[in-house]
Amino acid sequence: MADLTVPVAGAAPPARRRRKIQFQAIIATIPMIGIAISVFFVAILFTIYWSFTKSGMFPGWVWVGLRQYEILWNTNNWQIAVSNIWFFGAMSLVINLIVGFLLAVFMDQNIRQESLFRSIFLYPFAMSLYVTGLAWQWILDPNLGLQVAVRSWGWTDFQFAPLGDPKQAMIGLILGGTWQGAGVTMAILLAGVRGVDQEIWKAAKIDGIPTWKTYLYIVIPMMRGAIATTLVLQLTGIIRTFDLVVSMTGGGPGIATWMPAMYVINAIQSKLNVGQGSAAATMMLAPIAVLLFIRAIVSWWNKRSAGMNVS
Amino acid sequence: MTADTYAATGAQPAMAGTKADAATGPSGPRPKRISPGRIGIYCFLIIVAAFFCVPLYVMLVTSFKAMPEVREAHLFNLPREWTIDPWIKAWNSACTGRDCTGLAPGFLNSVKIAVPSVFISIIVASLNGYALTFWRYKGAEVLFNLLVFGAFVPYQVLVYPIIIGLREMHLFATLPGIIIVHTVFGMPILTLLFRNYYSSIPLEIFKAARIDGAGFWQTYFRVMLPLSVPITTVAVILQVTGIWNDFLFGLVFAGKDNIPMTLQLNNIVKTTFGTVEYDVNMAATILTALVPLAIYFISGKWFVRGIAAGAVKG
Amino acid sequence: MQTSVSVRDLSLNFGSVKVLENLSLDVGQGEFLVLLGPSGCGKSTLLNCLAGLLDISAGQIFISGKNVTWEEPKDRGIGMVFQSYALYPQMTVERNLSFGLRVARMPAAEIAQRVQRASDILQIGPLLDRKPGQLSGGQRQRVAIGRALVRDVDVFLFDEPLSNLDAKLRAELRVEIKRLHQRLKNTMIYVTHDQIEAMTLADRIAIMRDGIIQQMDDPHTIYNKPVNLFVAGFIGSPPMNFLKGKLEAGSVKIDGTSVSLKGYDFTKSMEGADIVVGVRPEHIAIGEDSRKMPVTMEGDIEIVEPMGSDTIAWTKIGAQPLTFRAAAEIHLVPGQKVAFGFDPARVSVFDAASGVRV
Repeated sequence: MADLTVPVAGAAPPARRRRKIQFQAIIATIPMIGIAISVFFVAILFTIYWSFTKSGMFPGWVWVGLRQYEILWNTNNWQIAVSNIWFFGAMSLVINLIVGFLLAVFMDQNIRQESLFRSIFLYPFAMSLYVTGLAWQWILDPNLGLQVAVRSWGWTDFQFAPLGDPKQAMIGLILGGTWQGAGVTMAILLAGVRGVDQEIWKAAKIDGIPTWKTYLYIVIPMMRGAIATTLVLQLTGIIRTFDLVVSMTGGGPGIATWMPAMYVINAIQSKLNVGQGSAAATMMLAPIAVLLFIRAIVSWWNKRSAGMNVS
Repeated sequence: MTADTYAATGAQPAMAGTKADAATGPSGPRPKRISPGRIGIYCFLIIVAAFFCVPLYVMLVTSFKAMPEVREAHLFNLPREWTIDPWIKAWNSACTGRDCTGLAPGFLNSVKIAVPSVFISIIVASLNGYALTFWRYKGAEVLFNLLVFGAFVPYQVLVYPIIIGLREMHLFATLPGIIIVHTVFGMPILTLLFRNYYSSIPLEIFKAARIDGAGFWQTYFRVMLPLSVPITTVAVILQVTGIWNDFLFGLVFAGKDNIPMTLQLNNIVKTTFGTVEYDVNMAATILTALVPLAIYFISGKWFVRGIAAGAVKG
Repeated sequence: MQTSVSVRDLSLNFGSVKVLENLSLDVGQGEFLVLLGPSGCGKSTLLNCLAGLLDISAGQIFISGKNVTWEEPKDRGIGMVFQSYALYPQMTVERNLSFGLRVARMPAAEIAQRVQRASDILQIGPLLDRKPGQLSGGQRQRVAIGRALVRDVDVFLFDEPLSNLDAKLRAELRVEIKRLHQRLKNTMIYVTHDQIEAMTLADRIAIMRDGIIQQMDDPHTIYNKPVNLFVAGFIGSPPMNFLKGKLEAGSVKIDGTSVSLKGYDFTKSMEGADIVVGVRPEHIAIGEDSRKMPVTMEGDIEIVEPMGSDTIAWTKIGAQPLTFRAAAEIHLVPGQKVAFGFDPARVSVFDAASGVRV
């Protein structure tokens, strides 16, 4: 019965044979099935469940309704973390996209040494966010870093040491994040730009459309896929923001650069408050859920309108 | 009817009525002018490239200075006196709390964590990608979507349940524990990678294998695996870099005996006795980044391809 | 005839690779010229040079009497249609047609009028509000032609415009392009690798190989009097039979069969030379008809391919294969012995060494 290789005429109906092989496929993917269900489904359910319980140092089962969320939203650290992630997220997203796109377009101009430029723009991505944070923390050091160096060149009232100032510390994070991630955006968008049919460019040239207008009105709208990819990549990265903050500011000065991810880890590791950690984690899940929901609606809508076109 | 009138090849001679200015007008390639636009493009690219190079440059020069020179605060100057003491100290004697072992044990731990994790997750993922591409059983799509979802979930959501799960299995804060964690979190993206790759293989190859009588495993080992070398390279690069650069999982799951390099770096940097030793810190930082940087510069094109392939998940 | 497009000593190199070499060419006003050749022969490259999409290395290009060698594509007075249609996917058909005119800041009324005219000619009026993604391949190519049409130019360039379409649509659009040419009387330069398109559309065909024009003539001449073995073998399907032989005393010996070439001047001067005799399969008569031919012989049928309208069959002269085209009514079976013959006056003779027609 183990022999699947020799077809025996009339021995077994094809459907059954096929099912037998599919059974092997299921066996082969059992690790994945197990992980997918236990980690990406059951574990999430546990987190969500614990967020409605009184769990403290250990997970408990006493239902307290929305109590953990009330506490969460009344906690100063969380409020600051949320407003920080909005500011950090919006700024990083926009700046990263603009820088990445400009780089992609300029790289597309048939320039010399393209691969050298590409290596330079992309190498920070090979470094971890943690390393990125340390590097920029050092550069932005108020007493020994950039600020003092520039002053020693003669610009004596030069001021740029954002990490020491609660109001400006986020700027430092955005700077570091952009440095690390803009190259990837460039690479993906450049692939998108290059993916546009060369004949489209030729047609635009014959139509006499200036290069910048071709980019703006023809190429960008054709790159929706690449742009969506970078957006998704950015968004997931932003929500997870943790390493960069830990290494660059440690959440400081004070609590000026706290992030939701830090709140969760802090609640679990230091404060030993599972309920709070779970509630905060569930809140972090919310934007992803919303995004996936939107995606589902969009694909449903596309299918529907595609169906209408056929008629 | 003789044929020799047509013996001549090539174009016919010019017709009457063509221009007299043929000799004088523009001819040959368009004259190349260096336009202000092109200068602008290069200026922009060079300035941005300089901005991108600055941190690495600053880290390097700092790491070769002795502390007194660092304190002079000439961030961009080359060292007056080159020294490799900070590198030596960072590698084998920088202190974390009470221990003064430098980064070396962290490096070893990272290798111990990365090698099995990469190996296991790639085997599992390639098998999954293969099964999901060619043997779509009922419910496979649902599972796959669950995996895609897993690629986007913020890790923090899963951290605590996994701690509990591993603790139940007595694997929390052990080497197998962190290997499992890395394998699990690498799976969604790697499965996607392999599935997309196998989807690009002509279905005819699979059908031909079936007609030749190969079953599930034979098709996988004899046909698909030999075809998977390029994507496996990409997967290895992606996974090694990801695991080496990880901070969160090391922080939560590694335990005291298996502290990976990035976390060791954190511990060194955050341990201060009075003055911060920036030269040692920078040397340690570069040392930690060295493995992924080496992978990046050696693999070049493959690394970019890995990013692009990883990005397909969007 | 007035010259519309003329190319003088054009060369194009990519680094050290010579893609086009010292190429000259004149196209008359209102002429339909087809550039034909295998892929990589430089025909598309030549078209791109004419359009100004590639910078040439040497030479000059004139369009409508103007030296446009250094002009931008938009200023050359050309419209171009591409193989992949190259429509702007997110714009409606109407926008696709008018985008270039809008960018050039043409008055709206003029734009509307031109779009109207193009859509009337191509009958794409009902499609104007749709996007390219909602059109079939044939419709898309019609829109692409429309985009060239609204530019109101003297010269149309077509770069394999029908290659992405299926066989049936290709035949339909071929006729439509011909109709368009008869109506507009513009100069059209058309690149293709399809010899049927070339034969049916062209006033003149330029056959290219390795960046050099081998022959430029009307389709009839190209077909009946190819200048060399390459052209002879490239045009015609099934291809011309090439029979190798030696010239001896006014006749050619082909594997033992002697074919008299009386009446050809070259026979004396080339005595003893190796030559190739090219016979079109349709110029071979079989059975009863073969008796009327000056040259007759016999052979075994090897393979028979019924095509419906006629039948192609394979046989041999000595060791050299020979195909011929027979009327569909004639019943042929493999192994059968048939008599066949041809008229030496209708054959093409080439010098075996140089491949040139003699």
